[in-house]
Amino acid sequence: MTVPPEGPFPPATPEDVARPSRREMLVRIGAAAGVLGAAAAGARALWDKGGFDVVQASGIRQVRDYRLAERDAQHAELAIARAAPKESGDDSPHPNETPDDLVRRAVGAMGGMGRFISRGDVVVVKPNIGWDRMPIHAANTNPDVVAAVITLAYEAGAKKVVVADGSCNDPNRCFQRSGIWRAAYALGADVVLPQEHRFRTMRLKGDVLDEWPIFTTLVDADKVINVPIAKHHNLAKYTAAMKNWYGVLGGRRNRLHQNIDTSIADLATFMRPTLVIVDAWRVLMRNGPQGGNIDDARDAHTVFATVDQVAADAFGCTLIGQKRENLDYLAMGEKRGLGTTRWESLRVKEV
Amino acid sequence: MTQQHPVPHATVKLVTPPEVVHEHPDVEPIPWKTGRVGIVPSLDDVAILSPTSTSTSTSTSPPTPKPKKSSKLSGSGIPPRRIAVVLKWARRSAQTFFFALFMYFLFQTAFRGSFAARADTPVRLPLPVEAFLLADPFVGAMTVLSTHTVYRGLLWSVGLIALTMVFGRVFCGWICPFGTLHHFFGWLLPSRHGRGASRVEANKTHTYQRVKYYLLYAFLLAGVGGSAIGGLFDPICIAVRSIGLGIIPGAQYISHRALGGLQDVPSRGVQSAADHAQDWLAQAVWQSKQFYFHQTWFIVFLLIAVLFANRFIPRFWCRVLCPLGAFLGVFSRFALFGMTKDHAKCTDCNLCLVHCQAADSPQGGVKWRQDECHMCMNCENACPEDVIKFTFLPNRRSTITAPDTERRTALAAVGAGALFLPAARVADSLDVNYHPKVIRPPGAVEERAFLERCIRCAECMKVCPNNALHPAFLEAGIEGLWTPILIARIGYCEFSCVLCGQVCPTGAIQKIGEKEKMGIGQAPIKIGTAFYDHGRCLPWSMQTPCIVCEEFCPTSPKAIWVEEVDAPVRDSKPGPHGAAPAFRSVHLQRPHVDPSLCVGCGACEKVCPVQDQPAVYVTSVGETRSKTNVILLENTNYNQKS
Repeated sequence: MTVPPEGPFPPATPEDVARPSRREMLVRIGAAAGVLGAAAAGARALWDKGGFDVVQASGIRQVRDYRLAERDAQHAELAIARAAPKESGDDSPHPNETPDDLVRRAVGAMGGMGRFISRGDVVVVKPNIGWDRMPIHAANTNPDVVAAVITLAYEAGAKKVVVADGSCNDPNRCFQRSGIWRAAYALGADVVLPQEHRFRTMRLKGDVLDEWPIFTTLVDADKVINVPIAKHHNLAKYTAAMKNWYGVLGGRRNRLHQNIDTSIADLATFMRPTLVIVDAWRVLMRNGPQGGNIDDARDAHTVFATVDQVAADAFGCTLIGQKRENLDYLAMGEKRGLGTTRWESLRVKEV
Repeated sequence: MTQQHPVPHATVKLVTPPEVVHEHPDVEPIPWKTGRVGIVPSLDDVAILSPTSTSTSTSTSPPTPKPKKSSKLSGSGIPPRRIAVVLKWARRSAQTFFFALFMYFLFQTAFRGSFAARADTPVRLPLPVEAFLLADPFVGAMTVLSTHTVYRGLLWSVGLIALTMVFGRVFCGWICPFGTLHHFFGWLLPSRHGRGASRVEANKTHTYQRVKYYLLYAFLLAGVGGSAIGGLFDPICIAVRSIGLGIIPGAQYISHRALGGLQDVPSRGVQSAADHAQDWLAQAVWQSKQFYFHQTWFIVFLLIAVLFANRFIPRFWCRVLCPLGAFLGVFSRFALFGMTKDHAKCTDCNLCLVHCQAADSPQGGVKWRQDECHMCMNCENACPEDVIKFTFLPNRRSTITAPDTERRTALAAVGAGALFLPAARVADSLDVNYHPKVIRPPGAVEERAFLERCIRCAECMKVCPNNALHPAFLEAGIEGLWTPILIARIGYCEFSCVLCGQVCPTGAIQKIGEKEKMGIGQAPIKIGTAFYDHGRCLPWSMQTPCIVCEEFCPTSPKAIWVEEVDAPVRDSKPGPHGAAPAFRSVHLQRPHVDPSLCVGCGACEKVCPVQDQPAVYVTSVGETRSKTNVILLENTNYNQKS
């Protein structure tokens, strides 16, 4: 297009005052009608008529079930490995006893890791890496226990072992200072920090947990091994296996404490692990769940494995002198059929 | 803009006055002198007149229909010396390298943990990420004047002064990342009015370039008075602050939205690629979660404004405002390396001015302004007449070495700098009108000493792993603009973390260790004290169990303790037949703060489920650094070291 010259317009020519041709008129009307029609169609397609769509938290609870179908009678359902004392009356363990031995003994009594993990499985190991504390403080799972579980998983033919948790404190710091990052990396496991993009909102349809961001790394697996640490919790009194699933939640978890027992039960309903291996090598006796003082923790030199999350906590609470009747979430779990609080009724092996 | 020469007194007699246009029959007409504007490429995109390249400068190509290459160089076509070409490319490489290094350090100003570290390895950054600030002599000078000491690594800034003594302001032209940014935007953004004749005019020396010297003098005098407020205008501080607190989180936000959106693409490959991209970005560029910074929009707005100014005055920031450039300009008078000009050979083609970065009068007929020059070497490379040469110990007959400032204005600036401090402190002083929300980072020195040192570089805010430190707006008074404060609602101070002190270049936050921070064998460092708002606290007023605050309290023994009570609670529903609702008893743990144990980290405030206005909150009272902002008698110790 040429730019018209500036200044007064030249005198009008006959073309300037003639009416547009029929053809041009039709094109112009057609263009106007087309734009109007497109706008109307677009608006209609995107029309929000108002009102509310109430989302009901009803329906079947979401469940991620990684359990084995079979519960072979020859294997233990709860295997407790205690370190042999150096000599009777002495609390310190035999110098040859390591967390690795205890994990191997406990898992061995359960029928060996090969029973739980098939060749080529992607195995998620979920320790507790919640706090910026060192192993001596017993606020996070002992790195040696985590390392032993990873080793066993690889020995059983796992294709890939993933170690992840959603920390409370700065995750970089928790993963490093817990010693788990170094131990797991050395064994070739994938260590996945809780990065924002790994969380996806899911509907758990629990009693208090409905829609919540979920750490997808922890649920995208063939097999899931829960490796919590047994410790005191000032609100829930004792926590280990069931409460460990707080680590799959993103978002603002702080509201859950108003009904901590139900939320723990909701989470344990959502996550059904293949195997629970509870680290009680050193347990936090008070000021839980964070501790921070070496004197708050006590050496228990115990590791126990089970397929029953409820029984794991019902037994585990005795290690810090707590009673299962005091833990409301255990009763809720039992009522929902997640397991039994009567851990004695399981096939128990002490090794 | 007038056509008059800006520095008339600097005119050298031996050539024709520059107002007279040369008419050389063998020189091709210069486009802006023939009125054909708009076709002159700006700055560095003009073809380089190297001896090996025979292509002509496109600045002299005919206008229509398409630039035709002539075999002739412009003017006399004398190629620049090989060393000048080499130095120009060395300068470009240096600019790229130092800008990349600056950005790399900025990305690394974050603790990302390591698989190789043992559990008991102290958490520190492996790299000296604050290196650019340590080498900044303006920061060094301000803090020397305010504290009478050179803090630790700031001794490196002497090295930069030494470099300037030898080569002039090479820092501005070769090293400064903010200068490189302006160089780039000056090339990218020239308007129609920033090309051709207007560009030549803009690149002549102007009196407004004196402003930076006046700013420098004012800031140095404010430093004498006890305020490092000049950091607001330090280019490195601005770069760290605006890129670190604005551009990087903004890019993270956009990338998170864009790559997150790719998860909806029904293709496993796309989803996995997006996931891997986010993994990599979270590990190498930003961190695992989105960071937010209080009122950072203002910081970014100023960055964009100053970048946009390049459209009208190329390198506006460097020429007009930069106090660091002015500082180096004062020292560049001693530089051993410099320019000589053979005025007789100058044809007034103005090619040097087209390419000039610093507006330092490289053209013939006037004296070169050594204090302004960035030593970018563009003029020597552009000159087709063999007028300009950079050498060691040049003849100074056509050089002005000292800044061209007016004594009265300079004195006025000094006075303004000296008066700023009383004005700001009479208006708002933290030790008179204590602000509860001015919670300084752990290890921060007492407020007056803090203001003597804090240059608002934002390194501490960038490194804070929990996004707890934020630039203050007016909370700490006008003088405390963009100094770090802790906003616990966004992030709390990680108990074992001492990274802010590690990166602080001036010692406003001291380099404390875990022992001092956590109080191993001594009292821990307190940055404030937590308080409960019983009217909002769930166990206190709503008979609902909670105590997340107690759970997160990091001290041992915990500063938050709970009182076990059985309290009556009314049912939410009325009784049968409209009777009054029944009461039942509920067992509660009601939290209390032990002020002698509380370190003020704000973890309780961060995690309080009363989302908008928390039921437990931290204020600055009880901070270790202050002798007066205390609650407890036992902490009132006027003999303690500040």
